[in-house]
Amino acid sequence: MNRLQKAIARAHRNDRTAKVLITACGVGMALVPILIGLFLFYRGTDTFTLFHHSLAEFLFSGVWSPSDTAEGGGKVGAAMFITGSLAVCLLSLVLTLPFSMAAAIFMTEIATPQARRLLQPAIELFTGIPSVVYGFVGLTVLIPFLKSIFPMPFSFSLLAAGIVLAIMIFPTITTMSADALASVPKSWREASYGLGATRWETIAHVVIPAAKGGIATGIILGLARAMGEALAVAMVIGQMKVFPKSLFLPASTLTTAISADMGGAMEGGEYNAGLWTMALLLFLLSFAFIFLIHYINDLATLKGERK
Amino acid sequence: MALTTTTYGYTKERSGEARPVSPDIAAVEPGSLTFEINHMDLFYGDHHALKDVSMDIRTHEITALIGPSGCGKSTFLKSLNRRNDLVENCRITGDIRFEGKDIFREVDLLALRTRVGMVFQQPTPFPKSIFENVAYGPRLQGISHKGELAGIVEQSLRQAACWDEMKDRLNQSALGLSGGQQQRLCIARTLAARPSVILMDEPTSALDPISTQKIEDLALELKEKYTIIIVTHNMQQAKRISDKTAFFLLGELIEFDDTVKMFTDPSNPKTEEYITGRFG
Amino acid sequence: MNDSHFAAKKRADNIMTVFFRFGAWSAVILLIAFVGYVMGEGCRYLTADMLSFTEKGLGNQFFNTLYLVFLSLVFSAIGGIPAGVYLAEYARKGHLVKWVRMAVETLSSLPSIVVGLFGYLVFIVMTHSEWNMLAGALTVSILMLPLLTSVTEDALRTLPESYRLSSYGLGASQWQTVLHVLLPAAFPRIMTGLIMAAGRGFGEAAALMFTAGMSTDIRWDDWNLGSPSCPLNPLRPSETLTLHIWALRTEALEVNANEQAAACSAILMILVVSFSLIARYMSYRIDKKMGGN
Repeated sequence: MNRLQKAIARAHRNDRTAKVLITACGVGMALVPILIGLFLFYRGTDTFTLFHHSLAEFLFSGVWSPSDTAEGGGKVGAAMFITGSLAVCLLSLVLTLPFSMAAAIFMTEIATPQARRLLQPAIELFTGIPSVVYGFVGLTVLIPFLKSIFPMPFSFSLLAAGIVLAIMIFPTITTMSADALASVPKSWREASYGLGATRWETIAHVVIPAAKGGIATGIILGLARAMGEALAVAMVIGQMKVFPKSLFLPASTLTTAISADMGGAMEGGEYNAGLWTMALLLFLLSFAFIFLIHYINDLATLKGERK
Repeated sequence: MALTTTTYGYTKERSGEARPVSPDIAAVEPGSLTFEINHMDLFYGDHHALKDVSMDIRTHEITALIGPSGCGKSTFLKSLNRRNDLVENCRITGDIRFEGKDIFREVDLLALRTRVGMVFQQPTPFPKSIFENVAYGPRLQGISHKGELAGIVEQSLRQAACWDEMKDRLNQSALGLSGGQQQRLCIARTLAARPSVILMDEPTSALDPISTQKIEDLALELKEKYTIIIVTHNMQQAKRISDKTAFFLLGELIEFDDTVKMFTDPSNPKTEEYITGRFG
Repeated sequence: MNDSHFAAKKRADNIMTVFFRFGAWSAVILLIAFVGYVMGEGCRYLTADMLSFTEKGLGNQFFNTLYLVFLSLVFSAIGGIPAGVYLAEYARKGHLVKWVRMAVETLSSLPSIVVGLFGYLVFIVMTHSEWNMLAGALTVSILMLPLLTSVTEDALRTLPESYRLSSYGLGASQWQTVLHVLLPAAFPRIMTGLIMAAGRGFGEAAALMFTAGMSTDIRWDDWNLGSPSCPLNPLRPSETLTLHIWALRTEALEVNANEQAAACSAILMILVVSFSLIARYMSYRIDKKMGGN
């Protein structure tokens, strides 16, 4: 064989090897979340199979007193953590939404191009700030501040956690919404102005309805981030194992319970199993968020096609 | 026979992936046949893009493919180095032989593409240095010795008439060259891979008149050593440089003859209408 | 009547404009105040003592952070870049691709504490090991995977088709084309992705709580890789800056806990912001260069 023939034979050989390896990496990538799901499922279902608690008890009972032994016999009701998570998420969403929408609309519809070029990267920068830094600032600034204006028994509270989370998810929702608003064709706006609409009318009746899907995606991603955030919330919420009764009282969430107790709970015990079940619940919730986003997008494209 | 295509183009039934390679670099007599195409049909999905094309392409001649856009001349050109394998849903039937061998069954794909070089409509340099662009083909062929590579690069750049203007900037990015220079660099890159055929797909349509002139002169020089097949929409260009001309219309090969005969005394009235500029 | 109708329209428009302006700027001012506070507060305590590589200083935690992020970048590059190549170059349309894409999306939205627990289970419990940096780095690399995969895929997809065609035209195989033409051409963008991933890695905490451990015991004269106090030994517990803040706030035994936390926050902020600015600048340069051609 001459050199060229050898080179070509080698190229074929390497090409086949590379194809196998690259495909393996692609498939391996797809296996990672499945593997995570399987492991969480394997550990998280112990509560139901090994310790014989019902799903209804886990989801709806407020009695959380699992025994830290392999024998079990305690009560595994995670309702207060679930409601705590929901309450904090909703609170942060309510707090951040007006500001997010205002900032997104301001950036795309009102601000000059120069201001936009400054604002957009500045806001995006904040998605990367470590959550413990948010938690630290919450502790040293927000908590004393809240205490000075509201009469609170403890300085740690649901409200503090909501505010910290609101600041954390603000950049996510704002950038996603701004992207959605910016992708609305310019000609639609011009058509609306041409019909004598003011800027506000154009925004309210043309731009926002057209960008609905993208904004909803941003909100869901924000919610997902809020739901999964652990340490920043844990630092300011007070971690009291009670139902969230008041904005000004401490509470607990799924993530704070896991981060606080997983390290101490006995491996293989009922307490441990209960915490794994909460982790499984978090995994399923983030899966549900993804499906919701796909559902919304599919709905939007379907509608687009019908028109 | 149907040809299933993949994105890359290793069609199992036709090329036989693991087939030992025999590129056969035997000296070819001028005047012998480089390509023999018999009853070739080509489909893009349901679209019948080439209809029963038969043509022989002689060694060391310039063959020009002309016809209005969409007539199938570029599609035909792409089939000769199996670039249509990269197109999904493309199906070719009939017989295409390169130096006597079926390009789908008897020639290795990589060997075929090494022997049948291609120059595109737009200059397509890689984002690498001028030297690395030209050395790319030889490197693929297992040449790694610095001195040998440098020799090939110099020779190829000289052949493509760009050695003088590029010899002092071999390590600079090829993207900094002008359009005409980039196109000649791409020709040098093709030559460096030591092909015996060069396919040119409207190589001057993106260039200014002076650069076009240079490329045409180059093609006439290269004809001494290479077989050239050129697609052009420029009738004058076909007349100036080619030995043979093929006229395509709506996927059919209408006429194929000596260029002089085609442009003075075409036998088909459609050919006459086209080259006198009545349509297209 | 017509006049008053227009006046009302105009008034509504003005009120909403003021509202948007107010909402946007107050959010931005809050964010700036946030950064200002962290930097101001932190820099006050950034003394030589604080920066030293001793038990009193943050040097060891700083080193752990960099080392751990470096390791996770290596791991996730090994897995993520080929996965991106697969999606951009090798995958054919079909269920498998849909599945891989869905996986990338799911991974990027998983809470880091959930991934952290997975890492704890696989890299600590199942290997019967103590807290160690390698487990932490592997866990963080799972969090970085989706970013690197999609950055690589996008980088390859934005390359002109002519690179592929000319490479094939010269007789290159698909792998030769990917390795010698496409990946080098996409390198700046992939590099930008790595820097972005590093920026996120610095801030990761929840995924490390149950993997990397909350203590660090480095001796800078110990260069025996097998020893648990050797700085370069990846199989030792390694508290990072983020974990240090968490530990200080929850188990604050040290007197100057608040000062340490403030200094940590400032260092983290500088790391994260500078890395994301570098990534931003790089992609700006790339876009400009591409636009120029």
